[in-house]
Amino acid sequence: MSTAASPTVRAAGRGARVSPLRRRLDRLADRALFGICLLAALTAGATIALVGYQIVAGATPAISKFGFAFVYETTWQPNFGTFGAGSVLFGTAVTSSFALLLGGPIAIAIALFLTLLAPGGVRGVVGPLVELLAAIPSVILGFWGLLVLAPFLQSQIEPTLHRLFGFLPIFGPQETTGLSVFTASLILTIMVIPIIASISRDLFASVPAELKDGASALGATRWEVVRGIVLPTTASGVVAACLLGLGRALGEAIAVSQVIGAGSEIQASLFEPGDTLASRIALQFPGALTELHKASLFYLGVMLLVIGLASNLVAQWIGRRFAYAGAVSK
Amino acid sequence: MSAGTAFDPAAPLIPSGNLRRRQAVSRVAELAATAAAVAAIAVLALIVYTVVARGAKAIDLDFVFTGYPTGVGPMLLGTIVIALVATLIAMPIGVLIALFLTEYAGSRAVAPLRLTLDLLNGLPSIILGLFVFALLVDHKQQSGFAGSVALAIIELPLIARGSQEVLLLVPASLREASDALGVARWRSVLTVVLPTALGGIVTSTVLAVARAAGETAPLILATPTFDPKHFSLNPFEALPNVPVWIYKLSEEGNPEGFTEAWGLSLLLISFILFASLGARALLARSKRKLSS
Repeated sequence: MSTAASPTVRAAGRGARVSPLRRRLDRLADRALFGICLLAALTAGATIALVGYQIVAGATPAISKFGFAFVYETTWQPNFGTFGAGSVLFGTAVTSSFALLLGGPIAIAIALFLTLLAPGGVRGVVGPLVELLAAIPSVILGFWGLLVLAPFLQSQIEPTLHRLFGFLPIFGPQETTGLSVFTASLILTIMVIPIIASISRDLFASVPAELKDGASALGATRWEVVRGIVLPTTASGVVAACLLGLGRALGEAIAVSQVIGAGSEIQASLFEPGDTLASRIALQFPGALTELHKASLFYLGVMLLVIGLASNLVAQWIGRRFAYAGAVSK
Repeated sequence: MSAGTAFDPAAPLIPSGNLRRRQAVSRVAELAATAAAVAAIAVLALIVYTVVARGAKAIDLDFVFTGYPTGVGPMLLGTIVIALVATLIAMPIGVLIALFLTEYAGSRAVAPLRLTLDLLNGLPSIILGLFVFALLVDHKQQSGFAGSVALAIIELPLIARGSQEVLLLVPASLREASDALGVARWRSVLTVVLPTALGGIVTSTVLAVARAAGETAPLILATPTFDPKHFSLNPFEALPNVPVWIYKLSEEGNPEGFTEAWGLSLLLISFILFASLGARALLARSKRKLSS
């Protein structure tokens, strides 16, 4: 060891006598490394800008033809050259909010189970398994939804829901295929759960033990500790986690396009086929006939990009504010 | 504690009245949380079971090594090429970004850069598909390379984030020792800091590849039509690939195609699950070694 290090040590010992050439080279190399690191960092920012530019540029013909009315017009007829995003916007809103309303509470419950209830061994197994749910490729999840989940929902769940809650228009009579907004929403629920659960788990684990122990010492039950301490201290972080889950649900194209049935009308019943922004792009882009059709799909992309970036930015903003508040309270 | 009742020293030490109700509520909540966790695991198990049960029938040597119609060899090879090219693009840039974050950036540069990475990570993959279509495919030709670029954008923030976490764990004493020996900054970064963190960087990259390998949305815009008989290593032509082929077979609604798609799904999912589980275990180990 010492023999190996000695030349360097000797060189350092005679620091003043390091050759000027070597020192100049070192300074040059230092700057070069800094330069390429900076360049890499700038590449990341430039990529986002370039993505935004290309999507908007692709949409320009549709933007100039239809203007802002495109966003709420509901007719989508590629053969007649009329395009409007109203129905897919509706489909996106329904599927994403369904996924969030169902998946959010389940994910938060899982996170509570992992941080407060599960013994160490169980936590070490269940936690990674829940995250693995996020690792399943969407095309496989969609394929499973198409061949396993949709027939099951169509034959078992949809008739039951219709019988019990049929007075609500959202639970209409079941359709023949099981490919529906309902199936797509459930697939999205499966996708958002691991995201929200893993972020919430980290949040819950960061709640100071003194607070929880203090509440327990005052006689609070486990649920009261959750209601009174854990959820209030992490509320904004959990909202941010849900927004990140929402971003995932909004942008999922493949799995949704496999199970949603590609309907183009706005229908009240969840059991009818529908379409979302992302799934319409995936379904129609490879076969798009006219330039205007393509541009309109790019326009859907612009809307998706804006909504996706907005939900992401709000989530980051809330998360940061939350982190700041936590730092202050310490 | 029920208000109003006098203290009775002879009362048995079991919950009564209000406390009983509160404990019942708490128990119900605990049960619900446990049930949620069980349900999530059950869904995972059900999906994996279905893929294994239906896919195992399809897989044999011919399935893996020959082309259409007996096997899916070209798709497997194409996916490997696409993922490899994507990683060759994303890994150097990702590691350099991580180095910038840990070695050079002041606190004012760190926040916007991390925000940028988070936003990149949050971009819907279909948007990346549209992006590479407009940039590389439109008025030119379909190519596996366009798919690789999209996958590289997906991998980039994951690699940068993962590498940054590992680089932050490199002990300060190592850097200080290197500084004390009068070693130039770039030399200590390249010969001390990076080698120490290398294990963690590689495993974060594997995790990123596992995440990108199954991405379908960018590929159906970058290389949607290909010849499923043709083994090809050239990323600048339309490359057969696994996700698009599964998608196509699932849309066609032909039972034999379904069996093939299940077999392909089994291959893809086993690669992804083993890669991510293995990388996760290694990452935890190398982090523990660095921080101890």
